[in-house]
Amino acid sequence: MSAIENKLVGPVSEELALVQAAKRGDDSAFEELVRRYDRNVFRIAQHITQNREDAEDVVQEAFLKAYGNLAQFQEQSKFYTWLVRIAVNEALMKLRRRRPERTVSLDEEIKTEDDSLPREIADWSPNPEQQYNQSELREILSKTIQGLPPGFRTVFVLRDVEGLSTEETAAALELSVPAVKSRLLRARLQLRERLGRYFQKRESGDGNQ
Amino acid sequence: MKCSDFLQELTNYLDGVLDENTKIELENHLSWCHNCYVVCDTTKKTIQIYRDSLPYELPDDLRTRLRSAIMTKCQQQKKRGPQSV
Repeated sequence: MSAIENKLVGPVSEELALVQAAKRGDDSAFEELVRRYDRNVFRIAQHITQNREDAEDVVQEAFLKAYGNLAQFQEQSKFYTWLVRIAVNEALMKLRRRRPERTVSLDEEIKTEDDSLPREIADWSPNPEQQYNQSELREILSKTIQGLPPGFRTVFVLRDVEGLSTEETAAALELSVPAVKSRLLRARLQLRERLGRYFQKRESGDGNQ
Repeated sequence: MKCSDFLQELTNYLDGVLDENTKIELENHLSWCHNCYVVCDTTKKTIQIYRDSLPYELPDDLRTRLRSAIMTKCQQQKKRGPQSV
């Protein structure tokens, strides 16, 4: 049904059982939660902070905060969504500390509605990622996503890279669903346009144009 | 459907949450509007490329080190008793 499938992050009931055990003081259950989500938290943190050391710190601080506040966790929501909210806040704090000259918040950069309308329409080559080797491609993707404002980048990473649903992303970022959708659209369109510089069909040698 | 309407619905379309009628209208628009078709197709590719690449993997040794640091700090915190971190 969906054009792009979401990645699932473990069955919810199992997660809840681990959370309840951890709340009762079972540290091995908490360790299992760490094992389950550390890679996700690291990716999210690195995408937001764009810095590996910061991302490592965020992983530690987010889990430590979750551990310390486990009693406050309301079990109506998913533990993972709650953890992501903590991690995103930690990551944004790191970013603020690193770039004090710029305000970093999820509410910044509300510009005109037209700022991400497609200007460049040219089509891409059929398998654009194959034009580059693995490390070139990583460099391109990382440079491109760094150019997005943190608020857009975070929504894109949670929704499209980590596969959270729109509702989960909204809950994790404490944004409304329409705000998530609007940021996601603009993030996707901006990334598309920026990637186009690398992936566009070459005019010469391509008989289609 | 106009191009601006298409753009409004693009995210819902890519996420597979459009109602059937709007989806038919949108796909009808895509069948004759080349620009919107290209925008839709390359946006889909953008998402897919990022999703497939996962450029920030956590190496196993670092992962083990982080997890053990987390658990050590958790236990220290437990000994100190409940408090906000």
